[in-house]
Amino acid sequence: MEADPHHNPALGHHFETLEQQHDTNILGMWLFLSTEIMLFGVLFTAYILFRVLYPEIFIASSHFQNATIGAINTAVLIGSSLSMALAVRSAQLANRRALLIFLAITAILGSVFLGVKGYEYYEHWHEGVVPGFQWTNTELEPRAQLFFFLYFVMTGIHAVHLIIGIGLVLSLAFRSRKGSRYLGESFLPIELMGLYWHFVDVVWVYLFPLLYLIGRH
Amino acid sequence: MAEHHHDDHTAHVTPLRTYLLAALALLVLTIITVAVAFVNLGPLNDVVAVGVATLKALIIVIIFMHGRATSGVTRLVIVAGILWLAILMVGTFDDYLTRDWLAIPGR
Repeated sequence: MEADPHHNPALGHHFETLEQQHDTNILGMWLFLSTEIMLFGVLFTAYILFRVLYPEIFIASSHFQNATIGAINTAVLIGSSLSMALAVRSAQLANRRALLIFLAITAILGSVFLGVKGYEYYEHWHEGVVPGFQWTNTELEPRAQLFFFLYFVMTGIHAVHLIIGIGLVLSLAFRSRKGSRYLGESFLPIELMGLYWHFVDVVWVYLFPLLYLIGRH
Repeated sequence: MAEHHHDDHTAHVTPLRTYLLAALALLVLTIITVAVAFVNLGPLNDVVAVGVATLKALIIVIIFMHGRATSGVTRLVIVAGILWLAILMVGTFDDYLTRDWLAIPGR
């Protein structure tokens, strides 16, 4: 292939304009996120269903959740989303140093969230409220395993999404460590990364009140 | 053409202030949702919890995910995703939650 001096390196050869390339990629990402809505949606549907059928189980079980830790973790995730948004902004403004710093902060805050989540899982293990593996708690009736099953599956799949997200953020940071990759007109991969990261944040926005704050009053 | 592209991409840079205010609003709404959870409002507790969460989700989608700057077909995909979720939920609940409406033995 002969190098075209007029060709824009930010533009894929199969696209006419940068705007078309941008809209196409954003559309594709949202299609993927729609399938993610269905993945988490099934779990939220199960949550609502069993909560309506067995409300007393959910209220009794939620007392084993630490609302303060959950709220702190929510704040950590909001901070990571702000950092991710600022990473996109830095990429658009072609500021490589700021892009790297904000990607790093995003990955660190994501890891802090996972660390706190791991601590909570450790506590649940000691309280004996892990259905199937460690159900030794005597305060709760056996049926309460239903709540903790939903809790571990929902937060577990959310955590897996965060682990993937942190890996992707770090790999983007690594690839943009020098040169002009992802800067200015080429910011699209960072924008797509942002869409994924913020989506995972939206899921937690619903998980937090539903899993931590019911039956508090 | 190159100038045209340049205009396009600079037009979409969100001001720093907007992002900071969005994050601040999300933190304030988190505090509100925790505070309200400790007050007994009966069934309204769930309404407030889901309502505040939806407000937070809207802030994230519109400001952090640039929902307003997306093309029409992308907005259609977003709405369709939520609509399909609604179909899933309605289709599930109209079975499970109506089973004891009729006293049929062995239902």
